Amino acid sequence: MATKAFQKIYTKVTQITKATCTLKAEGIGYDELAEINGRLAQVVKIIGDDVTLQVFGGTEGIPTNAEVTFLGKSPSLKVSDQLAGRFFNAFGDPIDGGPAIEGQEVAIGGPSVNPVRRKQPSELIATGIAGIDLNNTLVSGQKIPFFADPDQPFNQVMAMVALRAKADKIILGGMGLTNDDYLFFRNVFDNAGALDRIVSFVNTTENPPVERLLVPDMALTAAEYFAVEKNESVLVLLTDMTLYADALSIVSNRMDQIPSKDSMPGSLYSDLAKIYEKAVQFPSGGSITIIAVTTLSGGDITHAIPDNTGYITEGQLFLRRDSDVGKVIVDPFRSLSRLKQLVIGDKTREDHPQVMNAAIRLYADAASAKTKLENGFDLTEYDQRTLDFAKEYSNDLLAIDVNIGTTEMLDTGWKLLGRHFKPEEVGIKQELMNKYWPKEA
Amino acid sequence: MSTQGKVKGIIANLVTVEADGPVAQNEICYLQTRGTDLMAEVIKVNGANAFVQVFESTRGLKIGDSVRFTGHMLEVTLGPGILSKNYDGLQNDLDKMDGVFLKRGDYTNPLDDDTLWDFKPLAKSGDEVEAADWLGEVNENGKPHRIMVPFVFEGKYTVKSVVEAGEYKINDIIAVLVDANGKEHNVTMVQKWPVKKAITAYREKPRPFKLLETGVRTIDTINPIVEGGTGFIPGPFGTGKTVLQHAISKQAEADIVVIAACGERANEVVEIFTEFPELDDPHTGRKLMERTIIVANTSNMPVAAREASVYTAMTLSEYYRSMGLKVLMMADSTSRWAQALREMSNRLEELPGQDAFPMDLSAVIANFYARAGFVYLNNGESGSVTFIGTVSPAGGNLKEPVTESTKKVARCFYALQQSRADGKRYPAINPIESYSKYLEYPEFEEYIAKRIGDKWIASINELKTILLRGQEVSEQINILGDDGVPVEYHIRFWKSEVIDFVILQQDAFDKVDMNTPLERQEYMLNKVMGICHTDFQFESFNEVGSYFKRVINNLRQMNYSEFETDEFKKFEEELNQIINERKVA
Repeated sequence: MATKAFQKIYTKVTQITKATCTLKAEGIGYDELAEINGRLAQVVKIIGDDVTLQVFGGTEGIPTNAEVTFLGKSPSLKVSDQLAGRFFNAFGDPIDGGPAIEGQEVAIGGPSVNPVRRKQPSELIATGIAGIDLNNTLVSGQKIPFFADPDQPFNQVMAMVALRAKADKIILGGMGLTNDDYLFFRNVFDNAGALDRIVSFVNTTENPPVERLLVPDMALTAAEYFAVEKNESVLVLLTDMTLYADALSIVSNRMDQIPSKDSMPGSLYSDLAKIYEKAVQFPSGGSITIIAVTTLSGGDITHAIPDNTGYITEGQLFLRRDSDVGKVIVDPFRSLSRLKQLVIGDKTREDHPQVMNAAIRLYADAASAKTKLENGFDLTEYDQRTLDFAKEYSNDLLAIDVNIGTTEMLDTGWKLLGRHFKPEEVGIKQELMNKYWPKEA
Repeated sequence: MSTQGKVKGIIANLVTVEADGPVAQNEICYLQTRGTDLMAEVIKVNGANAFVQVFESTRGLKIGDSVRFTGHMLEVTLGPGILSKNYDGLQNDLDKMDGVFLKRGDYTNPLDDDTLWDFKPLAKSGDEVEAADWLGEVNENGKPHRIMVPFVFEGKYTVKSVVEAGEYKINDIIAVLVDANGKEHNVTMVQKWPVKKAITAYREKPRPFKLLETGVRTIDTINPIVEGGTGFIPGPFGTGKTVLQHAISKQAEADIVVIAACGERANEVVEIFTEFPELDDPHTGRKLMERTIIVANTSNMPVAAREASVYTAMTLSEYYRSMGLKVLMMADSTSRWAQALREMSNRLEELPGQDAFPMDLSAVIANFYARAGFVYLNNGESGSVTFIGTVSPAGGNLKEPVTESTKKVARCFYALQQSRADGKRYPAINPIESYSKYLEYPEFEEYIAKRIGDKWIASINELKTILLRGQEVSEQINILGDDGVPVEYHIRFWKSEVIDFVILQQDAFDKVDMNTPLERQEYMLNKVMGICHTDFQFESFNEVGSYFKRVINNLRQMNYSEFETDEFKKFEEELNQIINERKVA
């Protein structure tokens, strides 16, 4: 960005920390962008004429006589149809060698949707994965993260979901993505011939961590353009939100804020909510659905990041390796989609809620039978049947390699129930039993 | 000329303002930036510097921008037309705002100035009145909305005149009052009140004693809440707080329901916006939305207004209580409000308490819960504000400051349990850890004896004992194995499971099961207790589980059937046969 002739250049930096610089300046607006020796920075504090800047690229090598110019605007993105198919860095500059985007310049992190102007989400998103469609059905306008340990194949599952979801646009916000994962996404989308539907904002592990803070807002500003202006259904993928939160804690630490739980800033909940709540179903037909990844350490969901996330998002998806069948499954106990009630049994067949609950309850019985077995107790005949059921249920329905329609999932569910249990053991409403219980089981 | 000021410092939504005159703590001011007025509240004063929390984003605000102080605290506007409105935390009518996105500095009128109301006078010339006395009433969605002597009026007044019955707008003068000095005061249907002050214009506040029916069995039967009572629902995410809150707000036997969506998901409010206008109030047959007020400050709306939102909702509740109505207020979630306090206290660089929350957190919470209650008004009528708050404990740990502070003041505790939720045993309220202090009130005991019967409380206590013993047995079985304990232990365990599956668990998504009126709860309780009192005969533990599963299955089918229909009776008949199979004569 070339400095314009009339812009005032400040050259007296009074204080430098690892992430911030302070200088004397007047007439500066809060949140305004600045450039300090060519690096982008943003105003985070003004006391009298002392202006504190958060320097996205870090302050290594910034001298006290650095040249500072203020840009008179907050971080923004140029939006237009030209975004489709392109790859950008955290500042919205192309990294794919293509030309700069022409279009309307929009400030990122814009206002919230008036709650009374939202529409209740009601469109089912089919992924073919029964662990999701049957037990944790996704709905457009929903926000839901994968809670996964770093070694689990969450990026693969997410890419698969994105491609099957039939969204008009897929927007990838990569934060602290390894270069390998970045190339993985690029290849998968390219091979599927979907590249023209994808917009990517990527901050890799090679870039400074504080830059990540811009990625979700960039991705969501692009999403709002397609959802509001074009009435498109937009799917936003954010990976990995744990690294985003880590960047938040770095900044708040440098600004001497008192940390709350797990050394996260006290505002973590609001900071995350501001991002996730951009998921919305607009009355005009456009929608923004957010699927995110929150990596856990050792499956601990009580850590401040997954904990706050869980309170904000509409459910969470857990991946787990099931050693009995040797496959990665969507864990039915810890996963949840809060919006599934809006579509199951309504957009899907009437027996969906009851089949889902019955199967999970019996799967829970299998889990207790397994504990019994491990503790060296004898199993009853019923326990044995639950274990047999659990194995088939895990293999035929929960595994992430399943790819079938919801009606077929329900039929499979009834088949498994009928094969292993007596009618009175499944606790399903009589009316549905009469209709769907397999006759010659 | 009111006090003016200039912006001197900005850190996120905490702004330092140099004022040129007197400034009061909690006074409201407006920051003028590029043609937009941003509302803010004074939270600390130091010399000429006022520290204000801005209710909006401060993006683009500059040093030197001018500030106008208003001379009053944050107020709500009270009058007919509040019911079925959707407000933000500062009582702006969300439906009146233009566009899909919220605009900064867009403040809208909470009431409708042009609506005509059918006014009936209740007071007459010469009456001696004081604050909150009823001067007249209008019909608001089928509820008598009393037009009262404004709460700010101190001392005694004499009614000079009240207008005749007829149609009036809210700003029309409906009465003229004369104070002790002979000065005349005009009264309209509208008044204002600062949200942080409790409305105390009533005669007395006795201990609450009347059951407030919610239709949720594990509350009404096991740990009842009362009119004017306080309760709280803590639970980790995914344990069903919101579903439970929605069930209560749909079914509770209240005249008015105020829902404060405080820092929670926007889609949850949208669910209310979408469903309540369609659903029937089970008690009046009108639409649910007609008795509901929503104060929405969802998690992506400005943080500072989150604190205001619960106070706004409480003040609206107290206003309707003063009309002699039964008000139920729900706040989801009080933890978000506490977090907003924490963010501000942090920016003010106050010394933090536990988990970085402000030191006075527990006093703030106690003060707020104290505003609920059952009251006798000056005219002898009664009204109530029942308050139920949810708490979202960090990491599901009930030892955190918000849960602990709330536990000290709320009289009902509904602990949502992760393991119950995992096992899909909804509502996931743990029956043993949860409590209702009202069960110990002699006033309540007397009331419930008249309403249901004098054996009721004894029955409930016995049921709780059975649940506790069932839990003990289950732990023993886990340690010793199925055949390591006598068959009677299995029977004991399964009796507690019958209670769990039939009384405690309830399907919030089934048309029939979702709402159980008290008479039906009594019937089912007697039925289940009858089974618990029956002696059964089994050869081995293997038979016990499968037998009781049949019992449970039949009882659940009864829960799914309309009460006392042929279908219901058919399942009951089958149940009796099953019981006779194993009953010891």
